[in-house]
Amino acid sequence: MKLAVLGVGSVGKAVAQLSGEYGHSVVALADSKSAIVDPKGVNVGDVLEQKSNQMPLGDASLEDIFNSDYEVLIEATPTTLESAEPAFSNIKAALEAGRHVVLANKGPVAERFEELQSIADGSKGTLRFEATVGGSIPILSTIEDVDPRNITSVRGILNGTSNFILTRMAAKNLSYSHVLSEAQELGVAEADPTFDVGGIDTALKCVILSNVLSGGGFCLSDANVEGIQHISNHALNLADKSGLTIRLVGEATREGVNVAPMLVPKNEDLAVEGTQNIVQIATENGGVLSLAGAGAGGGPTASAIFLDLQRLIV
Amino acid sequence: MGNKFQNSPRAYIVRLELADRPGELLRVLEPISSSGGNLLSIFHERGDITPRGKIPVEIDLECSPDQFESILSTYSDLDIHVTQSGEELYRGELVVLLIGDAIANDLSSVIASIDASGSVAVIESSVNRSIESPAEASSILRLAIKEGNQLQAVDSVKSIVSKYDLHFMTTTDHEVSQ
Repeated sequence: MKLAVLGVGSVGKAVAQLSGEYGHSVVALADSKSAIVDPKGVNVGDVLEQKSNQMPLGDASLEDIFNSDYEVLIEATPTTLESAEPAFSNIKAALEAGRHVVLANKGPVAERFEELQSIADGSKGTLRFEATVGGSIPILSTIEDVDPRNITSVRGILNGTSNFILTRMAAKNLSYSHVLSEAQELGVAEADPTFDVGGIDTALKCVILSNVLSGGGFCLSDANVEGIQHISNHALNLADKSGLTIRLVGEATREGVNVAPMLVPKNEDLAVEGTQNIVQIATENGGVLSLAGAGAGGGPTASAIFLDLQRLIV
Repeated sequence: MGNKFQNSPRAYIVRLELADRPGELLRVLEPISSSGGNLLSIFHERGDITPRGKIPVEIDLECSPDQFESILSTYSDLDIHVTQSGEELYRGELVVLLIGDAIANDLSSVIASIDASGSVAVIESSVNRSIESPAEASSILRLAIKEGNQLQAVDSVKSIVSKYDLHFMTTTDHEVSQ
């Protein structure tokens, strides 16, 4: 399919680079400052090389992109909250033009789910957003296949940064601030880590899940959110002696969203280690389905986008 | 509780310490079955040996008060060391972890407040202090639920410990509603 990729962060870049492997071509690419449109297919290697030399991607405008013959808009700009702009307007423009939209950006489906659904309902295009929850793990596709009506709740470990910090604190008996600074050096945590360690990222993902389960009705301000900043290594130690550990658990139901550190038996599936993610889907008659995998990063998140693209073709 | 219930079956917990040799567990269970008691669960952790080389065992059972007396007296005849025993309206357990200054300063008052709620009772507590700053500490409490269900017990403990400015955390097992 012909892709227009908005956002050239780790996810947008990986999508552009891998699209050929999956049988797609990039006909437009834009970062926050510049854009390029090429109906014959953008030479991704060359354009990314230019970007790494601080040069603009090309001389096209965002409007040129919307006027091009792309089939699917890939929205991979940074997540913004509340109005979820500019992503929301980009998605709206594409859907209203009858094109498909695949999201990696959590903001629009967490904050303005119902508006987006109603725009998508009136469009020939389809809106998909597998990449917004749990990176490479096909959570939303699984929920779609099982049918949300057969699902009672979903919970999981959905933030790799927090999980990396908790895992390492427990394994090496290190303090929170020590491991946080290590994570920042490794690039696992951002300079301002609040989004991850404060539970907001997990909450956004759970809000999306609650919206999927109930057809909308939730945004971030509805979620009960507690982060891991107050977790100490003496607490992790103590839990360890009882065969437990601490994980930042997010839970999504039709009643709402809860994110908080919880005690998890060390030998349970939920106690994934490092930057791994896991999601457990409680079904009406099928027991609990557990899916684990890489929850973040360019390649894993791009693979979720390619999964959505494949479902658009089928 | 009316008269006719006075000897009706109820739940009890017995904590014992057993010697580490074959047949010990069976020796402890036999008096329960021969008295007509109903075994609910046994927690037997071989890895958790006491300083005296014994293995702690916790038995949850259901029987009448008369039967319970007879089980305890058999244990005493058999020289089985009972560390703790008592009636427990057994509705399950709750494990909570608390973090905050009140653990180091005032844990006994926290525990007393929880016990005074009537809905849960503290069975066991352990504390860990921060090496760097000893005023910081955390505690794991094992609680028996005496009244209501697990969610109500969670809410009740949560609201009690919030008065002590403690961070509260519990296990995931009651979270995913099936």
